Amino acid sequence: MSTQVHGRGLSGPRRSRPRVARLTAVVGAATLTLSAGLATPLNPAPQQASAADSKSVLTVAVAQSVDSLSPFLAQRLVSTSIHRLMYEYLTNYDPKDNHAVPGLATKWEPSPDKLTWTYTIRSDSKWSDGQRATAEDAAWTFNTMMTDDGAATTNGSFVSNFRKVTAPSPTRLVIELKKPQATMTALDVPIVPKHVWEKVDDFSKFNNDKSFPVVGNGPFVLTDYKPDSYVRLKPNKTFWRGAPKFDELVFRYYKDQDAAVAALRKGEVSFVAGSPSLTPAQAASLKNEKNIRVNDAPGRRFYALATNPGAKAKNGRKFGDGDPSLLDERVRHALFMAVDRETIIDKVFQGHAVEGEGYIPPRFSQYFWKPSASQELAYDPAKAAQLLDQAGYKKNGSGKRLGKDGKPITYRVLCHATDPNDKAVGQYLEEWWGKLGIGVTLDCLDNVTDPWLAGTYDLAFDGWSVNPDPDFVLSIHTCAALPATPKDTGATDNFVCDRRYDDLYARQLAEYDPAKRATVVKQMESRLYDLGYMNVMAYPNAVEAYRTDQIKSIQTMPSAAGNIYGQDGYWSWWSAVPAASDGSSDDSGSTGALIGGVVAVVVLVGAGVFFVLRRRSTADDRE
Amino acid sequence: MSSVQKAAAEDLASPAARTPRAHTTTAYVRYGAGKVGGAAVSLFAVLVTGFFLFRLIPGDPVKTMTGGRPVSAEQLAAYRREFGLDLPLWQQFTDYCGKALTGDLGTSYQFRAPVVDKIGEALPNTLLLTGTAFVLYTALGIVLGTRAAWRHGRLGDRLNTGLALTLYSVPSFWLGLLLIIVFSVGIGPIPGLFPTGGMESGGEEGFAYVLDVAHHLVLPVVTLVAVEYGQTLLVTRSALLDEMGSDYLTTARAKGLRDDLVRRRHAVPNALLPTVTLVFVNLGRTVAGVILVETVFSWPGLGGLFYQALSVPDLPLVQGLFLFFAAAVIIMNTLADLVYPLLDPRVGR
Repeated sequence: MSTQVHGRGLSGPRRSRPRVARLTAVVGAATLTLSAGLATPLNPAPQQASAADSKSVLTVAVAQSVDSLSPFLAQRLVSTSIHRLMYEYLTNYDPKDNHAVPGLATKWEPSPDKLTWTYTIRSDSKWSDGQRATAEDAAWTFNTMMTDDGAATTNGSFVSNFRKVTAPSPTRLVIELKKPQATMTALDVPIVPKHVWEKVDDFSKFNNDKSFPVVGNGPFVLTDYKPDSYVRLKPNKTFWRGAPKFDELVFRYYKDQDAAVAALRKGEVSFVAGSPSLTPAQAASLKNEKNIRVNDAPGRRFYALATNPGAKAKNGRKFGDGDPSLLDERVRHALFMAVDRETIIDKVFQGHAVEGEGYIPPRFSQYFWKPSASQELAYDPAKAAQLLDQAGYKKNGSGKRLGKDGKPITYRVLCHATDPNDKAVGQYLEEWWGKLGIGVTLDCLDNVTDPWLAGTYDLAFDGWSVNPDPDFVLSIHTCAALPATPKDTGATDNFVCDRRYDDLYARQLAEYDPAKRATVVKQMESRLYDLGYMNVMAYPNAVEAYRTDQIKSIQTMPSAAGNIYGQDGYWSWWSAVPAASDGSSDDSGSTGALIGGVVAVVVLVGAGVFFVLRRRSTADDRE
Repeated sequence: MSSVQKAAAEDLASPAARTPRAHTTTAYVRYGAGKVGGAAVSLFAVLVTGFFLFRLIPGDPVKTMTGGRPVSAEQLAAYRREFGLDLPLWQQFTDYCGKALTGDLGTSYQFRAPVVDKIGEALPNTLLLTGTAFVLYTALGIVLGTRAAWRHGRLGDRLNTGLALTLYSVPSFWLGLLLIIVFSVGIGPIPGLFPTGGMESGGEEGFAYVLDVAHHLVLPVVTLVAVEYGQTLLVTRSALLDEMGSDYLTTARAKGLRDDLVRRRHAVPNALLPTVTLVFVNLGRTVAGVILVETVFSWPGLGGLFYQALSVPDLPLVQGLFLFFAAAVIIMNTLADLVYPLLDPRVGR
């Protein structure tokens, strides 16, 4: 060993310095811990609704990262929900029954030939920088999306049927169409201020997240944003419908849902929705908690099992490798009838869902459809076995059903690796279809998109959120949605292409009478059900929770029993009323922090004293 | 110059005096050059591997990115052009290498922002968390490891080592959640002292901001320190135990030195080499973030960003982060290699 090292030891400092250093370290650590521990609790959490400075803050826990704050680029629910608060759309949806109500437009009217829509733009909407919002802003927004690929990234499909958009006066917007379109009162496009956005060079790269506050005319103005931390919004005091009641709205980022639930329990956040719902266990644990209300509302999603109908492109080229037996309607119906939806609701969703029937969930009452008794493919394993026998897929000696190639049938079921429901339902499918003599292989993947687009699956767990206007979820089963060639990406969900369905789709899109349109939509659902390509197994509830000591009241959608997060409109956050500020929760928090602080001081000082005394008592021995 | 100084200078300049030092310096330079050269080769290998490895992921990133919404063939082609995916693979590779050398790691598909900007946003947050934890768990590990070795076999050693091993085996996300339940929400008489997640409350400025961040930092740092200090403790303890029977320690004691001094000034410096290796490896890891702890505490760092990039997959972001993490580890290992000869002259000869 090097003697230099020993030499350093001989000339090293004597015992007083290390001891002082240690004492300093102990005191320093104690001070740091205490200052960190007490700094905020004694100065009540600013994010709490009823803070001591009487500023009411509504804090919403969100799990998704904001992908972009540009309405032309944002695709995620959290981002589009925030855009709903920042910018007005032409129309909005009534929270009671989803019918179109005024937004930036006060009135709208189609021409007799159904090809021109004229909107009256309100004169009392102002941008947050004081300028008036006019028809020119709306025309510029639509024209930019029609002419710039970057600006068409997210909402391009809304303008694909537009021929021309003009603003003859500040209060008149005229949209000319290529063909009739019934969804003109459901254009979910944020209208942006022309005088701000016309300065943008490249819409495909501008994220609208550098300069605050962001100019808008919605109920809230975005004042601050930190990626993966928070989005802060202030009420727009000049909002035409009236300013929101809370002084601030904060979306806080919680990557872990259990941590978000803990934050709600503590009162650090006012609202938790989960992604997309709280788990049954989380809901159960919050149910009996003081000052917390669990909102178990009928959801807007359907949860289905989709069958590969033989992937093909618009040019007629077939691709993928879906099992040919699934091209037989009897086989698809047999699989339908061997799924016990009641068990799925009870065991998998633990009651937080409704049994699935038609394609559109019951909360959209206007379009909700149920199969008739004679049409219904109810749970009936015996009938299912019969259907398979009729179709020529008989069991062999070991109880396996054989395909036309003589090999036992085993279906590959595509499932989302991150969705526990898929895996649980998959286990049941293995059991139920196994009894029929059909094997199941669960392909649970992080990225299901690739095999899905390539058509390399037999069945897949599927689900969509349905908008008040059902056009989009209906359109994804039209032949027009297929990819142009196998190399392209279509807008199709599942490669379904049926001429009768397509005819009905065209009829509903050209039908401007709401009642008549609803009738055609129901016929489409009936046709889709009969085809057996989509087995809607459940309508999962939206399970969310909020603190009643922070939020006194809040608008659900639908009003009677609906959800709060991700509404069609800004109703929930705009309507939320702060609970009366009695300061009780903060006081207890401060008292708790004080007690905790005192305990920590005692422990740390005690530990320090013990440490010093112990060293002193043994120092001589160690010499 | 006085005659004495002159003589000394001449003495130094004479071949007899210069040769050993020159030899040592040359050997070190040769050794260092070898290590730096090796690091450069490793970095290039990472660049190549990163590029081709992530292209082995099946599927078309543009289709994945746009899947589920209506996109025309023209739009798809425009995306491919925008991200350079329409070029032949070799050209994509040369473009990538050329840009990487100038610090341009491409544009994230999902965030529509330069990868360098996304890394720049998250890196300080990660360094604050992992750096603070690194200093604490390294110090704690070395101090407790030294004590445990010095009093090996005694109750303190057994308790210390047992606790370290237990905590080292505990899943960090589980411990994190436990700490949130106990010290954030509060249980029984224990009040909720710390925030449940995030790095800041928002809206704070100046000293209040510093305190706010420190307040948010406590639980994630405690989690990391608890899980990580055991490794340093065990390595330090084991290395020191190897030194314990050495003659020079007996000599030092025989000279009448305090036990404390024998340990700190003689034994520990000689037993430090394995610990130094571990310290540099851990230092390299600090930039990679800690996915589980960052997730549980919603810390806006690089670990979480990497997870988001992989789940899309956002190729430029994945590649950029992969390169960045690998470079950090390579650089830290190289630095460790360069420091070894200074600690132990036998290394590098």
